[in-house]
Amino acid sequence: MKALIAMSGGVDSSVAAKLMLDQGYECVGCTMKLYNNPDAGCSSKTCCSIRDVEDARSVAVRLGMPYFVFNYMDEFRRDVMETFARSYTLGKTPNPCIDCNKFLKFGALYERAKELGCDTIVTGHYARIRKRNGCYELLRAKDPKKDQSYVLYNLTQEQLAHTQFPLGDYEKTHTREIAEESGFINSHKPDSQDICFVPNGTYTEAVQRILSYEPQPGPFLTLDGKEIGTHKGIIYYTIGQHKKLGLPQPDGPLYVIAIDPKKNAVIVGPSQTLFRRDAAVKEANWISGKVPDAPFACLVKVRYRQEAQPAIVTPTGSDTFSILFDEPQRAITPGQSAVLYGLGDETDVVIGGGILQ
Amino acid sequence: MFYYLDQAATTALYPEALKAMMPYLTEAYGNPSSQHPKGQEAARALIMAREQAARALSVHPSEITFTGGGSESDNQALITGAHIGAQKGKRHLISTVMEHHAVLHSLRRLKEEGFEVTLLPISKDGFVSPESVKKALRPDTALVSVMAANNEIGTIQPIEAIGTLCHEKGVLFHTDAVQGAAHMDLDFTKGVIDMASFSAHKFHGPKGVGILYARQGIELESLIEGGAQERGKRAGTENIPAIVGMAAALEKAMQEKAAESARIRSLKERLRKKLLALKGVRQNGALSPSLPGTLNITFDSAPSEALLPLLGMDGICVSAGSACASGSPEPSHVLLALGLSAKQARSSIRFSLGADLDEKDIDTIAEIVIGHVTALRNLHHADQ
Repeated sequence: MKALIAMSGGVDSSVAAKLMLDQGYECVGCTMKLYNNPDAGCSSKTCCSIRDVEDARSVAVRLGMPYFVFNYMDEFRRDVMETFARSYTLGKTPNPCIDCNKFLKFGALYERAKELGCDTIVTGHYARIRKRNGCYELLRAKDPKKDQSYVLYNLTQEQLAHTQFPLGDYEKTHTREIAEESGFINSHKPDSQDICFVPNGTYTEAVQRILSYEPQPGPFLTLDGKEIGTHKGIIYYTIGQHKKLGLPQPDGPLYVIAIDPKKNAVIVGPSQTLFRRDAAVKEANWISGKVPDAPFACLVKVRYRQEAQPAIVTPTGSDTFSILFDEPQRAITPGQSAVLYGLGDETDVVIGGGILQ
Repeated sequence: MFYYLDQAATTALYPEALKAMMPYLTEAYGNPSSQHPKGQEAARALIMAREQAARALSVHPSEITFTGGGSESDNQALITGAHIGAQKGKRHLISTVMEHHAVLHSLRRLKEEGFEVTLLPISKDGFVSPESVKKALRPDTALVSVMAANNEIGTIQPIEAIGTLCHEKGVLFHTDAVQGAAHMDLDFTKGVIDMASFSAHKFHGPKGVGILYARQGIELESLIEGGAQERGKRAGTENIPAIVGMAAALEKAMQEKAAESARIRSLKERLRKKLLALKGVRQNGALSPSLPGTLNITFDSAPSEALLPLLGMDGICVSAGSACASGSPEPSHVLLALGLSAKQARSSIRFSLGADLDEKDIDTIAEIVIGHVTALRNLHHADQ
């Protein structure tokens, strides 16, 4: 059995590589080169990720596995960075990690694994895969603090059959212990925080750089359409935002309730107007590969760091569904993903997900 | 079992070079700047090595400066040439799009210093034309730098004609001879080459050592500040074992050049014919004049990022383009300059053959390569 290990140079994928070796797999390590520094807004001409590549290579050498760097810069720009930036210009708040997993790690790299004769692709994600009744299931990680199943909901049955997440049963502290015991160069490397191609967290600069986009000032509108100020451009705002609005708020605090890209308007209102029970979802994926034939009850996350909330989900097409939450939810944000989990004994099981409209 | 077809990346050390180095890695460890017997022993080795290298290149020993390798030689040559020109108010530099990054990135730095840079295009078969140099030369041109042979496609450039043009206009001419050194004729006696860069490990010498040839009368600008080693052109205690090994390797390489070149060229021709028998296969760069062992091939629908590891698993050592810091496997700028699409450039492999192979090896290698290319194509075909 041969496994292709996607190594970012971080501690998680390094330990994942070691665990696969320990299981007796023949392993090939690789790093995906996704962008250059100028793309990420760094001034240096050398590539941001050279340090990460060096770390990944060091671990691969220590583990005695062959190691390669694959260039996916064109694909990453097209399928992740530009989609991310365009989404902002349409008044949405995207999650590019989901696209990266869909198109790069479990798309292009999965194809590469096949080319290299590897039957398994391995990443350092904290999630689990289980086979039950002839069907593969995606499960939350054992460590709820690290669970990354939210960004993996696009996996198909075919991909799940050829994917392993060796860290799914591990706690992060345990992962670091293994890295230290193994003498890995990156055992103390901090976890990545920001989006990789937006290293300083300034999304608005990234959007302007990627698309050569000029933000256009426009009106702040109240819910009844009254203009009460001028905003800097819709990419500067997200649903639920309260700070940095620069508006007089004599009747209590105001929040961004909606963004209207056609009118180039940002709609603001009081806190209670942020709450909604319903949401519509597109570009859905069902882990089972089958669209459910009837409405069903489940738990739904509408952002990465959130407790899943009870709701009724109704499929409305081959890749669309609607959600009706039991309780109103604050700041359901277009562009983010809604991910569905089971009820009762099945709360760890990912049913599917899609992008909020 | 390994088949090494990456001579353009680096070569195995000649046993003769290793033998020459051994005393200086062991008992003869002196610093050539020291006055005592140990130092004098090392100083003698340095002088002998310089004379040996000068003989091999048919130049004067005072024209040889030992450096830390090909890239350093290129850097020092370009900076020297540019700054000599600038003293006379000449701030224009000419080079080509197919140069090694040691040259291209030095030019980028000089551009930031305020120099104007013209990069000449290459023809579809991989040559820069003397006519294009002639057209690009200006009264304020300080330096022209054109590689002797390309590292990725092996084409040998008309450097004598270009050097002659430069000299007619009083312009300095540098050539990056790192790839060409051991495999082509370089004539320094005509005096049209002002500076030339060499790297020992491309001709079976040790790594981390090179030569910058500078014609008498050209004052090299030191890149490293410190002591007065190398007549003040490169500070730092001389790497005596490496320098001695390089001189020994250069001498042997020059002696064997004619005989080995013919044999290697016939092996390349055998491999080329077998690979080109497959459909969707194209050779990049002209065959003549070219380095005897370098063969660059595009295999349509077989990405080199997949083909290289697969060949490696079968013991075949080849490269996709030049073997730079593998952090940046971008499509080769040379292949793009030939007019290949990014996709074609990323489906290309450089075979650079050495004298250690025989015809049976070539047949085995061709069979393995064709097997993997066919399998990759079938896989992609099945996906569509």
